[in-house]
Amino acid sequence: MAVLVYAESWNGSFKKATYEAVSYAAQLANKLGTEAIALTIANSDDAAQLGNYGASKVLVLTNDSLNTFNNQAYANAIVAAAENAGADTIVISNTNKGKSVAPIVAAKREAGLITNVLELPSSTSPFTVKRKTFSSKAFANYSTNAAQKVISITPNAQEVVATGGSTTVESFDYTATESDNRLSSISIDRATGKVSLTEAELVVSAGRGLKGPENWGMIEELADVLGAATACSKPVADIGWRPHGEHVGQTGIAINPELYIAIGISGAIQHLAGVNSSKNIVVINTDPEAPFFKAADYGIVGDAFEVVPKLIDALKVYKANN
Amino acid sequence: MKILVCISHVPDTTSKINFTNNNTEFDSNGITFVINPYDEFGLTRAMKIKEATGASLTVLNVGPVSTEPTLRKALAIGADDAVRIDAEPTDAADVARLIADYAKDQNYDLIITGRESIDYNGGIVPGMLATHLDIPFVNACIGFELEGTKATVIREIDGGKETLEGNLPMLLAGQKGLVDEKELRIPAMRGIMMARKKPLTVVAAGETTKQTLVVSFELPEVKAACTMIDAGNVEQLVELLHTEAKVI
Repeated sequence: MAVLVYAESWNGSFKKATYEAVSYAAQLANKLGTEAIALTIANSDDAAQLGNYGASKVLVLTNDSLNTFNNQAYANAIVAAAENAGADTIVISNTNKGKSVAPIVAAKREAGLITNVLELPSSTSPFTVKRKTFSSKAFANYSTNAAQKVISITPNAQEVVATGGSTTVESFDYTATESDNRLSSISIDRATGKVSLTEAELVVSAGRGLKGPENWGMIEELADVLGAATACSKPVADIGWRPHGEHVGQTGIAINPELYIAIGISGAIQHLAGVNSSKNIVVINTDPEAPFFKAADYGIVGDAFEVVPKLIDALKVYKANN
Repeated sequence: MKILVCISHVPDTTSKINFTNNNTEFDSNGITFVINPYDEFGLTRAMKIKEATGASLTVLNVGPVSTEPTLRKALAIGADDAVRIDAEPTDAADVARLIADYAKDQNYDLIITGRESIDYNGGIVPGMLATHLDIPFVNACIGFELEGTKATVIREIDGGKETLEGNLPMLLAGQKGLVDEKELRIPAMRGIMMARKKPLTVVAAGETTKQTLVVSFELPEVKAACTMIDAGNVEQLVELLHTEAKVI
């Protein structure tokens, strides 16, 4: 019984989260003594690349009814592909798209669904994996004995493993049904050129210490120099200084980038919950007693309005020399 | 028009998380439980629809008797009646099946849940429930407007938002944006008094099968002490990010 991985595309191309999912599926298949088969939807050009991450076969689905993402249709296409591939385990990224298809896929397959998964299974019988829980304040080991499984993996938690392998590409068809199209997309409004928060490797975030929305220019400049995404604390989103989509924390977006720089954020427990899985945390705050320093790897006690411009200059010098 | 809002009973966001019984159970000692914040945005949106259209509003929770104060709070905010399905909610697929079994004959026009609970964060119940009831599922819903039975919904997508249109019934998994933080309602004394008289029906759970089991919990490792850098020497930070953290 094979492992099927949904290789997600954004505007017709793969991202790091896709390669993470395929790498995960290939290693999982290896543990289970089977093969990993990838499914791509509305992206045929890049399909062969997935061999390099361990997919033994790629099912390519191109159908005019699936050119734009539709959770119902995509979920049904994944279910059909799992049947075609003889898969009993399905791997999906825990991205926005993944979250809106995984429960549908699992309900249709009567599968055990485990989301927010961080690692390969510690045991395959019973199937046991570690996941984030309590809004990243804790971890839990979940097991399932379900014959069918759906595993949704946290972006930025898996290594991308390039195997140098090749793959066979096969076309696969599914046409959206009337029931798939009960909701129709009217418009998509995407901030262009910005790094998506959940998948960003570097994130620059700021809070009330910035004193007003007019002072975010230096935060965006710092993010630009680093190639980072921008984020903010809850109070700042609540007062409308920044859009809600930037709010990281317990009731916002949970992230786990390689680097999280928090500027003018004190580090309330609700904020820490959403960001404490970041691999490296830098805190810049005027208050040496700010609780965030206890969760930080590197700290600077200082005024953001002095420290941030200096940091931007120092990074520019570094970038120029490296 | 009939609206169902599904509510989770969760530890308050300020809770410190601990486990007991050899790290196999959540330690609820000293914990204050609240309506799951994501569900509260949905409940508030539902109240606004109720006020605009005269719709009936039922709140539902799957849980033991100890979760009833959370349902009473939802009644105090303004729901008409409450349903508690009497079962320990230890498996999301099981919870979705129990709610579906109850809701399938109720003909709700609109079902609203939170996008996930802030305790187990599965994000599983809404999509499974919609699938069992064969209605469309809108995840990470940040906007909803209704004109007759035609709804315009906005959902968060990676890096932006998408506007969709469709007819009721449907299920929304909501979050902030469905209403703003400042629109959330604190129950008034009159509401609290009235809530005591509103119907709270207890429904026995049918046959269930659990797909997943929590084997054990772990707390994150305690971080080593933070390396403090002088505000006048940001070059040192850049150096450490390069040589030690290896992130630039």
